[in-house]
Amino acid sequence: MKTYRDIVGDGGSDIAGQVARRQARMRARMAAVASTLAVMSGKGGVGKSAVTANLAAALAMRGHRIGVLDADINGPCMARMLGVEGQALTLGAGGVTPAVGPLGMKVVSMDLLLAPDAAPVEWDAPAPPQPHVWRGAIEAAALQEFFTDTVWGTLDFLLVDLPPGPERFPGLHSLLPRCDGAIVVTIPSGMALLTVKRSIASAHSLKVKLLGVVENMSSYLCPRCGAPQPLFRDEGDAGRQALGASILGRIPFDPRIARCCDQGVPFVLAHRQTQAGRAFMDIAAQVSGLRIAQEEGR
Amino acid sequence: MKFLCVACDEAMKFVEVADTAHGDTFSAVFGCPRCGRRIALLANPWETQLVRSLGVAVGGRTTPHAPFELVRERLANSRLMWTEEAEQRLARIPEFVRPMVRDGVERHARERGYREVTSEVMDEVRSSMGM
Ligand SMILES: Nc1ncnc2c1ncn2[C@@H]1O[C@H](COP(=O)(O)OP(=O)(O)O)[C@@H](O)[C@H]1O
Ligand SMILES: [Mg+2]
Ligand SMILES: [Zn+2]
Repeated sequence: MKTYRDIVGDGGSDIAGQVARRQARMRARMAAVASTLAVMSGKGGVGKSAVTANLAAALAMRGHRIGVLDADINGPCMARMLGVEGQALTLGAGGVTPAVGPLGMKVVSMDLLLAPDAAPVEWDAPAPPQPHVWRGAIEAAALQEFFTDTVWGTLDFLLVDLPPGPERFPGLHSLLPRCDGAIVVTIPSGMALLTVKRSIASAHSLKVKLLGVVENMSSYLCPRCGAPQPLFRDEGDAGRQALGASILGRIPFDPRIARCCDQGVPFVLAHRQTQAGRAFMDIAAQVSGLRIAQEEGR
Repeated sequence: MKFLCVACDEAMKFVEVADTAHGDTFSAVFGCPRCGRRIALLANPWETQLVRSLGVAVGGRTTPHAPFELVRERLANSRLMWTEEAEQRLARIPEFVRPMVRDGVERHARERGYREVTSEVMDEVRSSMGM
C-alpha cells in the first residue's frame, strides 16, 4: 500500500502552492523595505513600546522613511503613542493604506482595527479544545497580513514592536523573509537581566544581527540637584558584560516620556535637547550607521 | 493530508468543497480516479477555523486574496474598513453631518453583513433614503 511520501501532490488543493504564493506576496512587499528591525524585551512594562516609538521618531528626524508595525496583537499601543489613534485604515488598490503619524511615519496596529470602545481583541471562534493553539495560529496569520497587505511603500526602516517575552522573536522570524536586526530593551535590574539573556540567545541562535541593548529607566534625574541617580539596584558592568551584547544607549527615567506617550507626541521630537532626547538621537545615529555599514557590506 | 483508495492503491483527487466559504464547518469531497469511489472529509468548527487561520483553502482558493481578509473576518469587534474611494466621497459631505452619515452608512453595511464600505454601499444608502 502506498504511503504519504509515495504520493506526489495533495490531490488538487495545492496547499504548498497557496503557501508559496502568499510568501511571494510578502517578499514582493518587503522588497521595498531596506531594513526590518525587531524590538523585543524579556519582560513587559520595561518601556519597549516607548523606545520603539521614540527610536522610530528619532530615525525619522534623521530623514529616514519609517514604518512601525505593532506586533503586540493583544496589547497594542502604537497608534496611541504615535498620535494616530482614531485614524482609519483604508482599502486602496494595492492593499491597506497605513495611518500616517508625525514625520510621515506609517503605522499599522491592532488598535486601528478595533472598534473604538477600547474592548480587548476578541476573535470569532468556536470553543476549541485548545484555544491557545488556535489563538497562536490566528495571531501569526494576522501578523502576516500586517506585513504583506499594508501599502508600506519604500521604507528605510520598518520597526516591529514585539509583545514582551523572548519566545516571541522566533515566531516573528519564521514569518519574515528577512530580519535585519534586533534590539533588546531592558531595565537595569537583576530580574530583567535574566530574561534579557534569553532574548539575546534567541537572536544569536537565529543568526539575526543583534544591534544591541537599550537600557531604559537606567536612572532618574534628582529633582533637587539634577544629577542622575540609579533607579534600580544596578547589577553593574560585570552583569552587563555577561550579556554578550553591546549597550546601544541608556534612557533615563523622565516623566515627560510617559506623558508624551499618552498624548501621542514623540518625546524625542518635543524634547530633543533633554538627556533622554539626546540618548534617543544617539541610538538612532548608531542604528542608521549600522544600516549604512550593512549596505556597504552587501 | 492525502487520501488513498486502498482497493486501487491510488491517490484520490480533490473534487469539490460542499459548504460555503463562510460556514463554520467544511466538507471536501475526494474521488478515486480509477474506480470512481468518493469520500468526503468533514471538518468540525475548530478544525475549519484552524485551516482558515493558516490562510489556505482545501481544494484551492475560489476568491481572490483580499487585504487583511482574515483579521477583518475573524475579529469579532472590528471596525469596518472603508475604501479610499468611499472615504473621499464622505470627505465631500459638509463636515457637520459627516459623523452622522458615517454612522448611518456603517449601520447599513453591518446590517447586511458587508465587510467593507465601498462607493456602491454608499449608493445603496443614498437610494434607500430616497436621495
Ligand atoms: N524612560 C522612561 N521614563 C518614564 N516613563 C517611561 C519610560 N519608558 C517608558 N515609560 C512609561 O512606562 C510605561 C510602560 O512602557 P511601555 O513602553 O508601554 O512598556 P512595554 O512596551 O515594555 O510593555 C508607559 O507608560 C511608558 O510611557
Ligand atoms: Mg508594549
Ligand atoms: Zn479506487
